[in-house]
Amino acid sequence: MDPVFLSRLQFAAATMFHFLFVPLTLGISIIIAYMETKYARTGDTVYLRMTKFWGKLFLINFALGVVTGITLEFQFGTNWSRYSEYVGDVFGSLLAIEASVAFFLESTFIGIWIFGWKKMSAKAHAAVMWVVAAAGNISGIWILTANGFMQNPVGYALRNGRAELTDFFAVLFNYNSILQILHVLPSALVLAAFFIMGISAYHLLKKQHVDVFMRSFKIALPVALVCSVFVALVGDFHGVNVAKTQPAKLAAMESHWETQTRAPIVMFAIPDEKLEKNTIEVISLPGLLSFLGFHDFNAEVKGLKDIPRDERPPVLPVFIGFRTMVGIGTLLILLSVYGWFRRNKIMESPGYLKILMFSIPLPYLAIEMGWVVTEVGRQPWIVYGVLKTADAASPIAATQVLFSLIGFILVYGLLGAVGFYLMAQNAKKGPEAAH
Amino acid sequence: MELQSIWFFLWGLLWAVFFMTDGFDFGIGTLYPFLGKTDQDKRMMINSIGPLWDGNEVWLLTAGGVTFAAFPKVYAVMFSSLYTPLMLILFALIFRGVAFEFRGKINSEGWKKLWDTFIFLGSFLPALLFGVAFANIFQGIPFDDKGIYHGNTLKLLNPYGLLGGILFVLLFLQHGANWLNIRTTGELRQRAIAVSQKIWLALVPVAVIFLIASYFATDLYANYFKTPALFLVIFVTVAALLATRFFIAGQHFFKAWFASAITIVGATFFGIIGLFPRLFPSSMDAAYSLTAFNASSSPLTLKIMLGVVLVFIPLVIIYQAWSYYFFRHPVSREDLDLEDAY
Ligand code: HDD
Ligand code: HEM
Ligand code: HEM
Repeated sequence: MDPVFLSRLQFAAATMFHFLFVPLTLGISIIIAYMETKYARTGDTVYLRMTKFWGKLFLINFALGVVTGITLEFQFGTNWSRYSEYVGDVFGSLLAIEASVAFFLESTFIGIWIFGWKKMSAKAHAAVMWVVAAAGNISGIWILTANGFMQNPVGYALRNGRAELTDFFAVLFNYNSILQILHVLPSALVLAAFFIMGISAYHLLKKQHVDVFMRSFKIALPVALVCSVFVALVGDFHGVNVAKTQPAKLAAMESHWETQTRAPIVMFAIPDEKLEKNTIEVISLPGLLSFLGFHDFNAEVKGLKDIPRDERPPVLPVFIGFRTMVGIGTLLILLSVYGWFRRNKIMESPGYLKILMFSIPLPYLAIEMGWVVTEVGRQPWIVYGVLKTADAASPIAATQVLFSLIGFILVYGLLGAVGFYLMAQNAKKGPEAAH
Repeated sequence: MELQSIWFFLWGLLWAVFFMTDGFDFGIGTLYPFLGKTDQDKRMMINSIGPLWDGNEVWLLTAGGVTFAAFPKVYAVMFSSLYTPLMLILFALIFRGVAFEFRGKINSEGWKKLWDTFIFLGSFLPALLFGVAFANIFQGIPFDDKGIYHGNTLKLLNPYGLLGGILFVLLFLQHGANWLNIRTTGELRQRAIAVSQKIWLALVPVAVIFLIASYFATDLYANYFKTPALFLVIFVTVAALLATRFFIAGQHFFKAWFASAITIVGATFFGIIGLFPRLFPSSMDAAYSLTAFNASSSPLTLKIMLGVVLVFIPLVIIYQAWSYYFFRHPVSREDLDLEDAY
């Protein structure tokens, strides 16, 4: 088998798995810090029980986030050594800064938070949680800046057979990275808010621990509302930016074959990459794609046929991924808006609570699909316009990669299953009584 | 000094600090099945490093990240050449990390046994493999001018490589036992003190053999003969190793732990100094070796990163030292009763 293909599979599996845990960590750490602050300010033990309950779920999730992140840090070297050599001058520093600025803070202070309950004042303990939350999100900012460079390389020059840094500020203020940060960090809050609302709904439906879960629900609801709308707004900017910087990705997102003005959006299609067209197309809305990409119904949108075959990304996953993400995003906005109007009578809306309970996986799916759009849509480039994925892999034997890939799938599959099982168990058990 | 040389030593320092900090976690994890007789003992052992191990592990990430940033070519060739051992280390670390978190979450004998095994393997294997890997790096790794690796993983287990592995395991065992002497109480502590003295008896001869074997198996001493003042590093290391024993006997456990910390840093620097300016020597042809000068990032990147490191690493040291200080007392019953304690 082809080591490049195996390395791609492995990298995709490892990052997507990492990102099953990352967003909950990012989002819920902020919300928990808020809850604990309320406790420190008011002394109301309901807030304390809340903090401990969500904190326990957070810690199980956090452990998996940490251990899956460690392998990623090294995979650029193990599997993408040519890539690392070629762009390490720019890219490596972002990763190193992430570790020295954020990971240290996060991991040191989480230890203090777990073991410091009886050794410090409530206020200081809450402050420690704020540090953890900030550090996690700061780490997100750095890694997204790194990813932004791969999407839209800036601030470098090709010298000495590699990309060398010429302008650090250009890399820091890369428009693509900023969009990613503004899209991904709030989407993590959306996920965390729906996580909290869904689990709260479970207990509210059973009418147990109502004090804790009613309040948790009311803390999460406005977060869900504001952030889901914000995510969609930034998503719109993202679309415009993709149209400008990565036309092939936009065409794949919409399975759009012919270059044309007043380009339509199709609700559903089955693309055929050999025949270069969609075998089935359902509901076509003229002009909408032109509007999405350029905010102008008459703008011309490049079709896949005008992009050389070897520079086209795989169409199907990008197309489906985009639809799933936007569909779920819309649904989440509707759910939050509805919840907002029913916020004082949610106990009388068991149907709504049930829907929320089953909505917990939706933001997870949207987030994973978002990454599929971004990353698969960037193919065949690993660094857009600069380096092809096929030229980036390590010169190593396929068998080695095969073994590690199997190892990843087995180990991650098992640990993931155990982790989610433990979270579900603890979520069902509910908070401890005050002591 | 040129920027590249500064970076070479910072690179060595980060690895040394990683071995010094996570080293005692590895040591305690390796001692775990032997010293932990009861569940209470075991919990005391894990909780003695509970608040610290994660922060310690980040030194590895930083050492890796800084290799990437300052010497991208080394990062690329080193980690792709040592693919299989590195993957083994990473998987071991994954298991160790979740084992701490998962072990106590379900109250069943079998469940706890399972994660106990992973705590041991997840600590012992990295200790051994890091030693094997570094000893092999001291000897040189078979890769060509294009950075393509021509060796095979089993050959890493040559006598000198294994000796390095054993040395690392013993260094970490000593360091871990010294930490247990500080943070545990009762019978467990008595056993830890006894064990820390026995480990020392094994460590001293292995260290001596390693120093001698290095003369025959590697060219690490060349730099020392060129600048004999450097032998001071070896003397300090050996002195710290000897002092460890005296501090233990005198019940000065904090001092003993500092002494074993210095031993580990010294042992790492023994190799780093010998390697200079090579970060990753090739055994096929010395001309292929990756050095601080032919494998570094551009001056701009090195400068920016130097700024970052000089600001943030001292900060990290301050707050980590504070957290060590905060958790210096022996683990008590009350600590074990904390809801989220391991
Ligand atoms: C937007 C956020 C985000 C993204 C895109 C990534 N990560 Fe991540 N990562 C985090 C956000 C995060 C986090 C929230 O900060 C984590 C999760 C749990 C934790 O402790 O920190 C984390 C943990 C984490 C750790 C463990 C840190 C520790 O031991 O404390 C490493 C080494 C990485 N990540 C590395 C990576 C790499 C190399 C990525 C790219 C391929 C990556 N992460 C994608
Ligand atoms: C955590 C969220 C992320 C997810 C879920 C994700 C997902 C993916 C997927 C699905 C692929 C495979 C694409 C393909 O081969 O068709 C991929 C490739 C890749 N991504 Fe990401 N990615 C994430 C973040 C990142 C970040 C932050 C970086 C860099 C900083 C990154 C760098 C890469 C690299 C190096 C590859 C391998 C080469 C390639 O196949 O393009 N990814 N990622
Ligand atoms: C509702 C409308 C939404 C729109 C119009 C939208 C738009 C986009 C676009 C165009 C991209 C690709 C950006 C690129 O390749 O450069 C993207 C990526 C992404 N989306 Fe969305 N999105 C929406 C909702 C959501 C929701 C609800 C979530 C998760 C809860 C989400 C999570 C992500 C993630 C994680 C990425 C990958 C990272 C990135 O490129 O920022 N999106 N989105």
